[in-house]
Amino acid sequence: MRSERSIAPYLLFLPTLIYLAVFLAYPLAKALIMVITPEGGGSYTLANIYAVMNDSTFWEALKNTVLLAAVIIPLQVFLALMLALFVNTKFKGYMTIVYLITIPLALSDVSAALMSYNIFSPEGYINKILLNLGFIKNPIYFFGFNVKSSEFWVIVLTEVWRATPLVFVILLAGLQMISKEYFEAADVFGFSRFQKFIYITLPLLKPSLQSALLLRTLFAFQIFGVVWLLAGRDIPILAGETFYQQTELQQYHIAAVYGFVIALISILISWIYLTFLKSAKEV
Amino acid sequence: MGKEKLKSLLTLFVAGIVSLWFLTPIVFITLSAFATSEDYYNPHYIIPRHYTISHFYKLFFTLGAGNATLISLSVAALTILLSFLLGVPAGYALSRYKFKGKNALKLTILSTRMFPLMILAIPLLIIFMQLGISDTLWGIALAHTTMVLPFVILITSSIFAGVDIAFEEAAMIFGLSRSKAFFKITLPLALPGLAASAIFAFIMSWNEVFVASILTLQNRTLPAQILSTAMDSPDYYKFTAGFIMAVPALVFIFFARRYLISLWGISLK
Amino acid sequence: MVKVTLQEVTKQFGKTTAVNNISVEIEKGEFIVLLGPSGCGKTTLLRCISGLEKVTSGKILFNEKDVTNLPPKERNISMVFQNYAVWPHLKVKDNIGFPLKIKKSPPQEIETKVKWASEMLGITELLDRYPHQLSGGQRQRVAVARAIVMEPDVLLMDEPLSNLDALLRVKMRSEIKKLQESLKVTTIYVTHDQVEAMTMGDRIAVLRNGKLQQIGGSDEIYHKPANLFVAGFIGSPQMNFIDVELKEADGTLNATTKGLQIPLPEAISVRNTSGYILGIRPEHIYTKESPNTTPISGNIYFVEALRSDTVLHLNTEFGKIVVKIPGDFDAKEGESIKLYIDNSKIHLFEKESEHSIL
Repeated sequence: MRSERSIAPYLLFLPTLIYLAVFLAYPLAKALIMVITPEGGGSYTLANIYAVMNDSTFWEALKNTVLLAAVIIPLQVFLALMLALFVNTKFKGYMTIVYLITIPLALSDVSAALMSYNIFSPEGYINKILLNLGFIKNPIYFFGFNVKSSEFWVIVLTEVWRATPLVFVILLAGLQMISKEYFEAADVFGFSRFQKFIYITLPLLKPSLQSALLLRTLFAFQIFGVVWLLAGRDIPILAGETFYQQTELQQYHIAAVYGFVIALISILISWIYLTFLKSAKEV
Repeated sequence: MGKEKLKSLLTLFVAGIVSLWFLTPIVFITLSAFATSEDYYNPHYIIPRHYTISHFYKLFFTLGAGNATLISLSVAALTILLSFLLGVPAGYALSRYKFKGKNALKLTILSTRMFPLMILAIPLLIIFMQLGISDTLWGIALAHTTMVLPFVILITSSIFAGVDIAFEEAAMIFGLSRSKAFFKITLPLALPGLAASAIFAFIMSWNEVFVASILTLQNRTLPAQILSTAMDSPDYYKFTAGFIMAVPALVFIFFARRYLISLWGISLK
Repeated sequence: MVKVTLQEVTKQFGKTTAVNNISVEIEKGEFIVLLGPSGCGKTTLLRCISGLEKVTSGKILFNEKDVTNLPPKERNISMVFQNYAVWPHLKVKDNIGFPLKIKKSPPQEIETKVKWASEMLGITELLDRYPHQLSGGQRQRVAVARAIVMEPDVLLMDEPLSNLDALLRVKMRSEIKKLQESLKVTTIYVTHDQVEAMTMGDRIAVLRNGKLQQIGGSDEIYHKPANLFVAGFIGSPQMNFIDVELKEADGTLNATTKGLQIPLPEAISVRNTSGYILGIRPEHIYTKESPNTTPISGNIYFVEALRSDTVLHLNTEFGKIVVKIPGDFDAKEGESIKLYIDNSKIHLFEKESEHSIL
């Protein structure tokens, strides 16, 4: 580490800072202004915000987004933890399993949605298997406006499949950082497996759990591709409505309001995390 | 002895379930992408009997996915280029220098990583329209670079930190200037890690759908095109396109898998 | 080979002073050792001489040339790093030949010199291998070969032996010293190991907290330590330190404390009578009486039978002392024993200033 006073590090950072100022800070400021100016120009007004708040679709989108997050995240954390514990027993060939689990990390939400469609569509594999085994006479419709609840659960399943690996990877890294000596000492003192889990694993895993939770929650509120492809606007969500306002209704300023809501929620979540849940370890 | 056997049987069982869980959707979509339409719609064939690549031809040449794929590839390449040009020096600075404001800078970079790119898409569209680069791959690449840059900075910073500074100092003792030492010694040693970061940057750009969809109308990236046309297109389109989306990412991840794991600090001993 | 002059060299990192006003003249072809505990500034000083660190104030001269502000590559120096810093992506021969390649020497000359350097270090059969295929000791030799291949003006070594196992360390000590003697290159060697310092250095510079404590040959450092720190740092087992007062008795000045009265050999001018520390090395306390010794008695509480010597730990009226006796010695814990301090080998230190006055 070089600690002399030189301008070198500042120079090395300069291009990045300029770039972020132009393509991050400036658009952000512009978005803020868009929120408080009417479509087509004019003086500052809160009309856009009122318009969004009076739109029942907004509240539905907010509700759905929160609902999805509330259902998906705990499932993912639980599954990821189970997988991480399982893999960490380091059975023969566990590396291959780890690689398999990380496959969805490379996939786009678009791909995941299409894979789900492939399985759940009327001509999809589930229907085909059930039909051929004689369990059903007609295909089950998982998608469609009148089966919103099944759409919901297919979305949940897809998201759980797609995004659990992210939590898994963070938790596995955290698990492996727990020194074996703690467990060996516990063995000497006669701890049961359950006790070891509660008193050693969970507390020492806390930083990783928090990192994973933060990351996943932030991403959960930005959920888009899976819902848009599988349910369209049957299940409005915040990102989807942002997209809809922007591209189909050409209501740029309204879309900016939606985008801002997502950003505010992200800031709120990060703040809650940093203030209340953060342990001594940094992200 | 019996308990051991039972344990390993159980492990095998669980491992099998896990493998099936993660592999099946991919196997299924691959089958569907290559299955002939007749076999796909035939309710009696669960596993298709006949395969074809005609869907790919149609997709690429008639339905414009070929163009979209090209655009996706170009955008990803540009994104890697830009984000590395900007991010590698910054990552190096973070890893080697102690300077005033370093922690504040690091925090800023970290916080941008948590930022929803979505909110930027809208004003960026307007800015790009004014600059005349909306609906071009430059516009998307610039937006993607913003998304990828913090990631590149943080990852390259830890990669350079992993290259012992003594290697650079030895080079400086034996005749190289500081910058020459970086190019001749540090960079070659950091190359594997940098290559893996490039692969991840590629995947992030390749998969990104929201911003790409907002910024483009005619010159769409593949995911943007899928988003707007897939559900109204014939089924084979959905699956062929989904397969194409998945393949490069899977291939790349396969090659960079060791780095994926070590990036998160997992050891595979 | 050049003469290296350090003039009031100071290096500060923010508020910490790592090197404090050090002035030394190192002769041409000298092998000088910078010795001291961790954090004493020896490595920082070495890095200042190399140019890897910029001095805060002071001058560094090679012969008459002021190199203080020159970057490392213009000082014609070479360095052996603690962890060798042998580049992993180059073969051994390319590692060794690197300095010459940068100087744009003709390939034929590079090959000849690499061969010469590798022969000197006994690693000719390793030239085509990569560093990861070598053991630690072999990599260390590569680092040394690389350092000598360009025939530098000054050779710097930063604790090169500290990562080797004990046996290899002993072997390399003599090899490096012999190498330096045949090359006659001015060498500055940093270590915290006093055995390395005593056996290898023409002169030893003892540092503590950035300040130079004493500089001299091993004889001087060992037998005439300038202060309490040097006396305690050099020599194993450590010198015994006993609080004493100075009292006159029978016409001579004595160092006195409970159970101990040792006559001081010559007239020394003292300001006070109290606030002194008597120092005596463990090997200067004998089991047999001889002329000019002072008897003491103590109770043995621990015996270290090393067989080459025997080290006794005793409780006495004036505190705990350690005694080293050559060869085997029959002694048991709990025994009382009478021993004899050699009056001609005592040291006397002022407690407050820590300076030696005898």
